[in-house]
Amino acid sequence: MTTHIGPGETRPPRPPAPPSLTEPPAPRVNYLNVAYGVKSWLLTTDHKRIALLYLAGITMMFFLGGSFAVLIRLELVTPAGDLVQSETYNKLFTLHGIIMVFFFLIPSIPAFLGNFLIPIMIGARDLAFPRLNLLSWYIYMLGGAFTIFALVRGGVDTGWTFYTPYSTAYSNTHVIAAGLGIFITGFSSILTGLNFIVTIHRMRAPGLTWFRLPLFVWAHYATSLIFILGTPVIAITLLTVVLERALHLGIYDPRLGGDPILFQHLFWFYSHPAVYIMILPAMGVVSEVVACFSRKRIFGYEVVAMSSLAIAVLGFLVWGHHMFISGQSTYAGLVFSLLSFLVAIPSAIKVFNWTATLYKGSVSFDTPMLYAAGFIGLFTIGGLTGLFLAAVGLDVHVTDTYFVVAHFHYIMVGGAIMGYLGGIHFWWPKITGRLYPEMWARVAAVIVFAGFNLTFFPQFILGYLGMPRRYHAYPEEFQVLNVMSSAGASILGLGYLLPMIYLVWSMRYGPRAPANPWQAKGLEWQTASPPITVNFERQPVVTEEAYEYAPEENAKIV
Amino acid sequence: MSDHIVSPHVYVGVFLVLLVGTGLTVFAATVDLGMWNTPVALVIAVAKAMLVVLYFMHVKYSSRLVGLALGGAILWFVLLIAGVGMDYLSRNWVGTPGT
Amino acid sequence: MSSVAESAHGSEAHPDLVHHFESLPAQKEAATFGMWVFLVTEVMFFGGLFLAYTIYRNLYFHAFVQSSRHLDLTLGGVNTAVLICSSLTMAMGVHSAAVNKRRATVGWLLLTVALGSVFLGIKAVEYKDKFDHHLVPGEHFRGEELHVVGDEVRRAQIFYSLYFAMTGLHATHMVIGIPIILIVAWMAHRGRFSPEYHTPVEMTGLYWHFVDIVWIFLFPLLYLIGRHH
Repeated sequence: MTTHIGPGETRPPRPPAPPSLTEPPAPRVNYLNVAYGVKSWLLTTDHKRIALLYLAGITMMFFLGGSFAVLIRLELVTPAGDLVQSETYNKLFTLHGIIMVFFFLIPSIPAFLGNFLIPIMIGARDLAFPRLNLLSWYIYMLGGAFTIFALVRGGVDTGWTFYTPYSTAYSNTHVIAAGLGIFITGFSSILTGLNFIVTIHRMRAPGLTWFRLPLFVWAHYATSLIFILGTPVIAITLLTVVLERALHLGIYDPRLGGDPILFQHLFWFYSHPAVYIMILPAMGVVSEVVACFSRKRIFGYEVVAMSSLAIAVLGFLVWGHHMFISGQSTYAGLVFSLLSFLVAIPSAIKVFNWTATLYKGSVSFDTPMLYAAGFIGLFTIGGLTGLFLAAVGLDVHVTDTYFVVAHFHYIMVGGAIMGYLGGIHFWWPKITGRLYPEMWARVAAVIVFAGFNLTFFPQFILGYLGMPRRYHAYPEEFQVLNVMSSAGASILGLGYLLPMIYLVWSMRYGPRAPANPWQAKGLEWQTASPPITVNFERQPVVTEEAYEYAPEENAKIV
Repeated sequence: MSDHIVSPHVYVGVFLVLLVGTGLTVFAATVDLGMWNTPVALVIAVAKAMLVVLYFMHVKYSSRLVGLALGGAILWFVLLIAGVGMDYLSRNWVGTPGT
Repeated sequence: MSSVAESAHGSEAHPDLVHHFESLPAQKEAATFGMWVFLVTEVMFFGGLFLAYTIYRNLYFHAFVQSSRHLDLTLGGVNTAVLICSSLTMAMGVHSAAVNKRRATVGWLLLTVALGSVFLGIKAVEYKDKFDHHLVPGEHFRGEELHVVGDEVRRAQIFYSLYFAMTGLHATHMVIGIPIILIVAWMAHRGRFSPEYHTPVEMTGLYWHFVDIVWIFLFPLLYLIGRHH
């Protein structure tokens, strides 16, 4: 575009160059620097700041729960129970489970990434109830404080499953404090789920129909249904345990005619759907990452969205598969076994669809995609081993062994945590306005993958060979596999430490990120990195479908 | 929820029906209906609850979404009872392993 | 934080409209839906206890019958009527707020609190009675008053455990609800509400009616088992 320069005129000044991928934007006011000081954080109602408050708590809990894992794996290097006493070992695996399940995995993606991204992804200025959001964080921290109090005062030794009558009548540890801690934190989940459901129903931008929503949002909607319908049941269950211990209101006491299996029904009615709370958000992350790094719309978008709902609903119908050998009726075991096979179907559909998305896609393996690829493989292994456990006859052999331990760690660590890390890396530029060092991140991802498999694959073998879970001593012939597992754990630990270091480093020294460093689709990439407090300068209006990457290709392959 | 304002007459009417229902449920409990005592008590309780839900809580004038939430709650509660009940009811049908 | 948002129509925004909602009706719809989502969690919360009750009533019916007969039917019936009255007064309070009758709103809400307090008072009397008759679960529990022996005494303890847990949880909800109603009554007194904005009154109403509904089920299930023997 040239302007005609007449004689005697000087060339007009060039217009400023448009912002490009390589040119960082000049610093301006965003949600991070709009206000400083402790009060501006502790009294914030900005969903993005609350997400970071959660990140702080969640990260602390991760390393606390991880430190118990370190002690467990150290003990298991030798066959004899020589590092700690058996009572202490019971406390180690109990606290590892409680902290990792209730204070890390369940909140992780929803409370951090979900809180941060959902309003932006739907074009809203905040969640429906910002003050409830802040309250949910305080409740989370209060529950954590109760649990840490229980830990400091001597711990709990019932297992994270709190089975009665041991937890109600016989354990001499701080069951009440721990139970109350989890009870309190449950309300944090409930408020988060409530906020998400109302927000997604009521605050979508103009043009953003349900089937234009990012799959990350669908995943969190399904997760929120579980928060709402399931969490209250664990709340009342733990409350009854506390009441039985404290006030002798005995409904699980066999001496009175109480049935400990009733506790198990109530406990697992929540705790099975809870595992879908832990995996669905990670699946949402994987959908976003696979689409972006294949430059393609997710294959079968509507089916993937519906499968999130199917997982949430079907997940409530299978809890008895944790109770096959408990004394539950055989007929019930049969029904729960069949339903457990059915619940695998929507998960499998997602894996097929992610894989199909890669076909004829333009695939690149940046760090988020490395984690997503790892997720797909490891989740598949974990999911398939779940089918072994769902078969009643086979379960009788492997239940309460390391086979189960390996199964759920493949899903929760190989699946959920890899999804969490992938999501952190994918949205890091958006959240912090900085780019992390890609080479270090890829190295860490590979270390995590290698360390994870070395830690947990031997445990499948150990379990099948008969090593029981929750034992701190074992027969000599299991030592080689245990040593492999512990070695893997140290590698895995290194893999987790690296992001701590380079992500923190990047917040100060990382190059400034442009609005859309990945050239991804989605409303969150249409606004600045980091975003302004109200997320958008102008209310976005949505006119295209989700994942409109390379539309001409999408027209051919749906 | 619409801005529909419910007339106080409706409220008083519902209130009176609720009181009558309470009296009815007490009376029914004093009569020996065999196995029907429990279902009768539950039916009356459900009817009373529905009146409170529809009129006092305005669900009759609320959005479908509210009705969906309520339906979900009832369904999930029934699921809890049915799923656990299935275990206890069927314990003697097929022997438990080891017995 | 942005300043007060303009409404979708570009006019001066209602002072009660928060910045992340487009309009007051949208905000109110969200609040109502949110409250219902919360009530869903309450249904599942009480649901666990109702499950335990269902299982044990079926297993130990005779012990439940004998235990239930010792509950005071008059006090229970009066309490039921009191709570139904308080639901009426609560609904009238919401109505008054919707038609901008400030003093009536405050009056109806205070009446609701009074009735709720009567309920709690009667409950306290009942609890004390149980304590005096050694029907509180624990080592002091004695079954003579119930005319049961042996295993049935222990099973009666399960009934009373459920009785105290369920009515206790219900009472706790009222103990939480009453200060909330008082705060809302204070807000009404200060002229905080209008026909366009009285959401806190409505939300409190939903909560209170739910608590009433729980009792509508608790009363026959706890007090009216086998009253015809």
